Amino acid sequence: MTNAVDVRGLTLEYRLQTGWVTALEDVSLSITAGQIHGLVGESGSGKTTLALAIMGYLPANARIAAGEILFGGHDLTKRTVDQLRELWGSEISLVPQDALAALNPSIRIGEQISEVARRQGKPRAEADALAVSMLTQVRIADAEDVARRYPHQLSGGMQQRVVIAMALVSRPRLLVLDEPTTSLDVTTQAAILDLVRDLIRANDTAALYVSHDLGLVSQLCDQVTVVYGGEVMASAPTRALFQRPLHPYTIGLIASRPRFTMDSETRLPTIDGVAPSLAERPRGCVFAGRCAAALDRCHAEKPPLETVEPGRTVKCHRWSEIAAGTLVLRQSHESAAVGGEPLPGHVLKANDLVKTFSQGGLLARRSAPVHALNEVSLNIRRRSTLGVVGESGSGKTTLARCIVALETADSGTLELLSIPLSLNLKQRDRSTLRSLQMIFQNPNDSLNPYHTVGHILTRTIQRLDPSAPRPDIQSRMLRLLEAVRLSPEYASRFPNELSGGERQRVGIARAFAADPALVIADEPTSALDVSVQSVVLNLLKDLRASKGVSYLFISHDLRAVAYLADWIIVMYLGQIIEVGNAAQVYLAPSHPYTEALLSALADVGDDVAQELIRLEGDPPSASHIPRGCPFHTRCPRRLGEICETVEPPWRDAGDDHFIRCHIPIDDLIRIQKDVPS
Amino acid sequence: MIVFLARRISLLLVTLFITSAIIFALTQVLPGDPARLILGRDARPEAIEQLRQELGLNDPVPMQYLRWLGRFVSGDWGLAYTSGQAPIQPLVTERLTNSLQLAALALLFSVPLSILLGVIAGLQENRLPDSLISVVTLSVVGLPEFVTGLILINVFALNFDLFPTASSPPAPGDPVDFLRQLTLPALTATFVLMAYIVRMTRAGVIEELKRPYVRTAILKGLPYRAVVVKHVLRNALLPTITVVALSFGWLVGGLIVIENVFNYPGLGRLMTTAVERKDLPLLQASVMIVVFMFALANVIADVLYALLNPRVRLE
Repeated sequence: MTNAVDVRGLTLEYRLQTGWVTALEDVSLSITAGQIHGLVGESGSGKTTLALAIMGYLPANARIAAGEILFGGHDLTKRTVDQLRELWGSEISLVPQDALAALNPSIRIGEQISEVARRQGKPRAEADALAVSMLTQVRIADAEDVARRYPHQLSGGMQQRVVIAMALVSRPRLLVLDEPTTSLDVTTQAAILDLVRDLIRANDTAALYVSHDLGLVSQLCDQVTVVYGGEVMASAPTRALFQRPLHPYTIGLIASRPRFTMDSETRLPTIDGVAPSLAERPRGCVFAGRCAAALDRCHAEKPPLETVEPGRTVKCHRWSEIAAGTLVLRQSHESAAVGGEPLPGHVLKANDLVKTFSQGGLLARRSAPVHALNEVSLNIRRRSTLGVVGESGSGKTTLARCIVALETADSGTLELLSIPLSLNLKQRDRSTLRSLQMIFQNPNDSLNPYHTVGHILTRTIQRLDPSAPRPDIQSRMLRLLEAVRLSPEYASRFPNELSGGERQRVGIARAFAADPALVIADEPTSALDVSVQSVVLNLLKDLRASKGVSYLFISHDLRAVAYLADWIIVMYLGQIIEVGNAAQVYLAPSHPYTEALLSALADVGDDVAQELIRLEGDPPSASHIPRGCPFHTRCPRRLGEICETVEPPWRDAGDDHFIRCHIPIDDLIRIQKDVPS
Repeated sequence: MIVFLARRISLLLVTLFITSAIIFALTQVLPGDPARLILGRDARPEAIEQLRQELGLNDPVPMQYLRWLGRFVSGDWGLAYTSGQAPIQPLVTERLTNSLQLAALALLFSVPLSILLGVIAGLQENRLPDSLISVVTLSVVGLPEFVTGLILINVFALNFDLFPTASSPPAPGDPVDFLRQLTLPALTATFVLMAYIVRMTRAGVIEELKRPYVRTAILKGLPYRAVVVKHVLRNALLPTITVVALSFGWLVGGLIVIENVFNYPGLGRLMTTAVERKDLPLLQASVMIVVFMFALANVIADVLYALLNPRVRLE
């Protein structure tokens, strides 16, 4: 087999004010036709830079310092931009991250696809017809209609299909996919991945798939290359890489994935420290600073990229010890937090919360009201975690906002520590505000960039606890930093001087500024890298034990929820459809929707051949909730007319596990038995 | 689209109603008695009182306002106090026509030129062409209109005798005369406008160039020209439309200095005259027309914006 693309010893440099810095160093990889090559790394590892460089596309301030990129017998690094233009869109295409931003907002979908075909010399009518047929190929119904729409009029999943269609118009020989499903819901992501896999196999395209999601890569790719600090750490056939990882970084990444465990006291292994910045690359191994097995030699001398066996390389001084089993990497498996058991009594009770948004103003046209929350009730035990799972639009964020009263619920009741709690923020007193705190999804947006970390925290303490004596505040601030494992010097830093994980830890410290009883965490780890995510999840678990706090933990990531939560509620279109403890929700019997969510999660070690449940289409809009069971329009286990007309009953699956479905529990057990989850 | 238009037009009417009240209120506080102004300093008090009765100046102010508004809407703009009590409507209409012609030529000069320069500056951000364009447009806008106007007159009217030193309204249907009369004042206005439009366009281009869809377009293999013209400009020029519409309002009613330098009978000069002579009905009518043109330009800008930007079209 010949390689579609061969990268040899590629070194890429950026010009900064201080001079040239190396962003990619001596990178080699090759992809054969029909192969999907995974490129894995954390943010800042250089994976996107590498992917684009392989296409011959460099940022204005970058240059290739060494190496070559062989594609179709030519060295792309020697080609001018005009020569590259001949290849782009015809032989090499990109499926970008964040489809909405990657599409031109003011050009119709059809035209954006058609212009690629016209560039290849097709006449207008033919190109337009091809655009529609490409949309059909990426399984978009009503392709003709979609072609006439603008990007913002499509759902996220549809937008992603459009950019895939656009990249495949000319049947490229090399397809680069840059995190194409990162911003999508799991069920949509699963459908897109099936599509990508089929199209690549059918067209015998060579594909480079950039992702930070190991589970996904393990399912999709044939070969995986792990990059760190702009260098290749390891490359191997997928199965070998995940079953017998040889590089400490790979081992750490695989181990730190959040996953469901029966044992609530387990902690996730973490990779400590942060990636080195481009400007200060270490002299030795780039990973040595965070490596649990690093020797003096690792800090002094850069290891060579060695070939272990054909198709398998690794860059580590100690790989042969790892391969031989004489070096077993002990992850920072600190002893589990003790006292993590829930206490009797409830910290929060919510009954029949309803929230409807009606859009439109004085002169604007009124549109149909959005039913974001429909009679949602829940209880949270003291020192426990209630996980809330659902796709976007399921109402999980509205639920959080109604509880902290950032939104005022239309009706329903709330009780905090057995005391009635007003739905309206203005009627809540300071002690309530103190007991109810929130951790936000995006730490970048929720920390004031002009204040130091210390100022942010002391201000919060003063706000929530005005009677605190001044000298106390400083020491309380330092204790907070310590609680989230940040050293005291962080107090004088500004948010932009911190990494994403450190910023989120400041966000957590702020939530704990005044000994809250309940902390509401809305997707607190979604914006973080895997290795950082595990640190934050462990921290939340420790704080629960040491401070006796409860969490309402909201996430679309069932694995993260299962790791932290004692109980889980699954939401769909503003309703709760399943309640149970983590194990009950994770294992059969499940609501058919939960079953689909679980099936959509690709994880390392899953059997690729297993029967997968895929949902059709996108969730219906919350302004037009289907009658009967809200899930019947997409349910693969639909019984028939009863689902479309009658609201399903709550069925008792035993031990406080409830499923809202027309299918009797015994039948659910029977049909779900043969599907591993 | 129809709903959108209807909503914008009803908003326009509300705006006009509110401004008419403000204009009326402001003219009330101007010092001096119109009746005395009409009859002259030596008029007898009885005659002045009689005229005040006839003009309705003794009625309560809200009543005066409603009477004026009713007449204004029905097209009866009344008689000027001065200029031999000439009917106001033909006078204002004539001046408006003059102003519109000058505004049209000024836009014709300034918009394409400024957009071109702005796009070049944006594409060449922080390089020599960008700096040159910034320096030139900013230094030109810094010069007062009477200075640039006089320089233009000196060079092109006095030295080369290409244009008249004073501009009179061009003969209808005569494009040569149109250019002859209006080129110099329009150029002067262009110098003022250019910096704003160039800045806006440049900022728009720089902002849009950073967007991911530009990279998508480049990696489609499209020629650079197509990437810029088709993908970038369509989005980058949207904010410029608003600036152009606002300048149109200024061109119709705010060219007081330029009209005076070139002695051109436009609306701006009419308004200054009306203020000087305390000719309230004339002032009210001409200011209303300027406000109307301003608001209309804004509606047109909004509609254009909506037409070119599919994201706002629906709502």
